Amino acid sequence: MDTTLLLQALTNGLLIGMVYALISVGLTLIFGLMEIVNFAHGEFLMLAMYAAFWASVLLNLDPMVSLPLTVGGLALLGLVTYRGIIAQILNAPMLAQIFATFGLGLFLRGLAQYLWSPNFRTIERPWLGQISGGTVNLGGVFLGVPQIAAAILAGVAFAALYLFISRTRIGLALQAVAEDKSTAELMGIDSHRMFALGWVLGGACVGVAGAVLASFYPITPTVGILFALIAYIVVALGGFGSVPGALVAGLLVGLVQEASPILFGVPTTYKYAVVFALYLVVVLIRPQGLFGRF
Amino acid sequence: MLLEVRHIAASYDGVPALHDVSFTVDEGEVVTIIGSNGAGKTTTIRTISGQLRPDRGEILFRGTRIDGLPAHRIAEMGIAHVPEGRRLFNRLTVLQNLLVGSFTRRARAEEDAMLERVFTLFPRLKERANQRAGTLSGGEQQMLAIGRGLMLQPVILMLDEPSLGLAPMLVDEIFNTIRQIAREGMTILLVEQNVRESLELSDRAYVLQTGTTVAEGTGAELLESEMVRRAYLGL
Repeated sequence: MDTTLLLQALTNGLLIGMVYALISVGLTLIFGLMEIVNFAHGEFLMLAMYAAFWASVLLNLDPMVSLPLTVGGLALLGLVTYRGIIAQILNAPMLAQIFATFGLGLFLRGLAQYLWSPNFRTIERPWLGQISGGTVNLGGVFLGVPQIAAAILAGVAFAALYLFISRTRIGLALQAVAEDKSTAELMGIDSHRMFALGWVLGGACVGVAGAVLASFYPITPTVGILFALIAYIVVALGGFGSVPGALVAGLLVGLVQEASPILFGVPTTYKYAVVFALYLVVVLIRPQGLFGRF
Repeated sequence: MLLEVRHIAASYDGVPALHDVSFTVDEGEVVTIIGSNGAGKTTTIRTISGQLRPDRGEILFRGTRIDGLPAHRIAEMGIAHVPEGRRLFNRLTVLQNLLVGSFTRRARAEEDAMLERVFTLFPRLKERANQRAGTLSGGEQQMLAIGRGLMLQPVILMLDEPSLGLAPMLVDEIFNTIRQIAREGMTILLVEQNVRESLELSDRAYVLQTGTTVAEGTGAELLESEMVRRAYLGL
């Protein structure tokens, strides 16, 4: 086995895994808080990528420059989704809750197709792609600069979210609501505001992820499907509602996906199948996930 | 009058739990509601703290109606509800539980002083400050639940069955603590099945039967009353 090739695969895996972790943490945060799965999460990501794309085409802003706008826009989308849809179905049967977000996802995907066509789009000459010709050579391991930047930014966003939840008073209130909403209310905590905050944070995370992916990943109305599927696996692997679990599982999925073609000789086209197989094994042995808290 | 409950009725999913409950609590008083299992004691407290909306009747706090307000708004006014079964945040540490208790702006202003007071009252909580609440013993959990309630800087502290499920020695300890908190000037509304102990420390008390307040008096009067002695003290 070629060591350089394996190192290359492992590094690629860690880089994309960091982005997976960031996409997934928004999902796990919302679930941990209110036991609702956002089935439109992938479409949120797709909208974030289109936001970066249109900012580049219409405003001539590089995705890195428009990043704050993308994040703000997605945070707002999270808030509007909570107030407009989720708050109305909080006490509804689970099926209604599933179909509400699932329907929103379908609607957003259809809307994107209608407005922007199903064609693939790529951002012309992204700023990150021009730094040192777009790649760096680390002892024979070639890394894309946009991918490195994506992983770093995802890591920073993830760390910021973690610190916010674990170190601030509002974060403490979020944790209290996640554990026992009605008792948290007795402490003067407005659970609806905490729920809304969860959706804002979830939107912001996926906003960062979309903005960093836009520099190197083709953008289509269906781009969210694969990422969302992976995010569900990451959340289930890491344990529903666990923030550290999302990080570990995100990196693990990235590593498995990139290393399996080299380690097991799986054709690259089937690399996701290995991820799904890993998921099946874990849910059979440990249904609560790696960091599950059941 | 600090708290005034006027003829409230309440139900769970259409099943009536309270029919006609009325009582008052004045500043600095310790008032107890006694009653057997299912009489509606917990429901009464839940209705005051906003966890349940009354179907009829009025609840006034310092002369303003609070029935129908969301629970977090009622807590902001300084009405603390220490729930039955403690309901601690088990994934959080002891200290974090206390800090969640002082979430409101009103409570945050005096947080350090109150934290010290709680630690003086319950030195064991200080020793275990960084331990997860779920790892505490039953008695310690009740102390933490009361401490968390105090962190709200309550104007009135409502305690729902604080002695429930505790060993007899710990029951005495909890009642002594309540006595001490009352001596420091706290207004307390206590709901208890432990009739003798709670009547002994109350200024006034009410008897609740099948969702209706049927008798009231000072703690001493009710301890002497024929009905209370027969129904609750087994004499």
